[in-house]
Amino acid sequence: MDSFFLTYVWPAIVMIGQSLLLLVCLLVFIAYILLADRKIWAAVQLRRGPNVVGPFGLFQSFADLLKFVFKEPIIPAGANKGVFLLAPLVSVTLALATWAVIPFNENWVIANINVGILYVFAISSLEVYGVIMSGWASNSKYPFLGALRSAAQMVSYEVSIGFVIVTVLLCVGSLNLTDIVLAQKTGIGTAVGLPASFLDWHWLVLFPMFVIFFISGLAETNRPPFDLPEAESELVAGYMVEYSSAPYMMLMLGEYAAILLICSLTTILFLGGWLPPVDVWFLNWVPGIVWFILKGTLVFFMFAMVKAFVPRYRYDQLMRLGWKVFLPLSLAMVIITAFVLKLTAGA
Amino acid sequence: MASLAQSISSLFLKEFVSTFFLSMRYFFKQKATINYPFEKGPVSPRFRGEHALRRYPNGEERCIACKLCEAICPAQAITIEAGPRRNDGTRRTVRYDIDMVKCIYCGFCQEACPVDAIVEGPNFEFSTETREELYFDKQRLLDNGDRWEREIARNISIDAPYR
Repeated sequence: MDSFFLTYVWPAIVMIGQSLLLLVCLLVFIAYILLADRKIWAAVQLRRGPNVVGPFGLFQSFADLLKFVFKEPIIPAGANKGVFLLAPLVSVTLALATWAVIPFNENWVIANINVGILYVFAISSLEVYGVIMSGWASNSKYPFLGALRSAAQMVSYEVSIGFVIVTVLLCVGSLNLTDIVLAQKTGIGTAVGLPASFLDWHWLVLFPMFVIFFISGLAETNRPPFDLPEAESELVAGYMVEYSSAPYMMLMLGEYAAILLICSLTTILFLGGWLPPVDVWFLNWVPGIVWFILKGTLVFFMFAMVKAFVPRYRYDQLMRLGWKVFLPLSLAMVIITAFVLKLTAGA
Repeated sequence: MASLAQSISSLFLKEFVSTFFLSMRYFFKQKATINYPFEKGPVSPRFRGEHALRRYPNGEERCIACKLCEAICPAQAITIEAGPRRNDGTRRTVRYDIDMVKCIYCGFCQEACPVDAIVEGPNFEFSTETREELYFDKQRLLDNGDRWEREIARNISIDAPYR
């Protein structure tokens, strides 16, 4: 009985505790990232952004949360009620489920599985179902058009994201996300004799892939300039038109969780995860989670800036970019990387 | 050759990078908006805001119930009933209502007024939660006049040279 407790129950309790802790931290972080998004967008447009609720508007997201929760959810008469309410749940659950394998620091990961990157990729492919279900179940024109667009868009850009991930995996030789970060301790910088620094990370070696991953990440999470599924000038709010109150909040939450996921994935794959930028004692003394959050926030800052200064793509331009530019480029880079690795391994 | 140059510049995201630095400059620029409920923009002395009925310094109502404002009001928002002639030979209103929902804030009433009694003051923050609260009666208008008299007198004196 005692061994049963120690083998099964206690690890489960620990895992639930870790998951809850991560969930709470993540939701608070999302609240502030939402505020940051609005603030950055406002600043570029010479506005102030939300600044009334709390100092500098720091409690704005929580005020929004209260409003979302207390408002009445309206379900359209023609909607498929079950699927309509299931869709936000699907999108938010999947977006949060991916975080199980993200390492925030060495050994700071809920599930350190060996196929972590595949898990992330599989779950983020499923995320499109939340959008499609919400668009279809609304039984309305604009949401349906938005869902169609989003389906095609996410599928197209997953192709190039897949090839980008393949190049990184070729360099690392492991599918484990922790291994991917640790592999970036050595790289170009150490090869020419410099101490371990940010030059070792993959962003420099695989710079074109870094750029492609960033842009595909924008498209994958329906962020501007690729926010065609919710283009307000054409589709009002796309697949979210018919949603209100708590279900709407869940859709937004799922969207921002997915955005943060892409940010942290960029950090892990290209920016060295929790590794300090330069290998000196006072930077090593800073906990790895701080570096991870700083890097992720930096990537998110770029996401928010792109929203502020890039005009929205037309749909055919979006498809052209995905299939005629990114696909051949990333495919070529996979081949080139494989060749280079083969040649250097032989030497 | 031109297409090659173009594809190279698009490959290295030339425009993207330059736009990023441009928008970072805007990021730190002074804001164009003001912090509205806490700080307010300048209001012209001719601003036509919330109505007010003024008094003479001795507390006597200025309005003499001539009904010129009622006559000129293009939206027919003003309703006046005059009281009987008093011992000094003047009249005063017993009822002076303005339907602020009908009012189009054209300022004709204050132009028509021979004694500067009805004026449109500088206040524009008088939104209400119900429609009924926007049917202003005489008491409400006189209260407005008492509250805003200093600003109204100042605006009239600033604008006087141009009349």
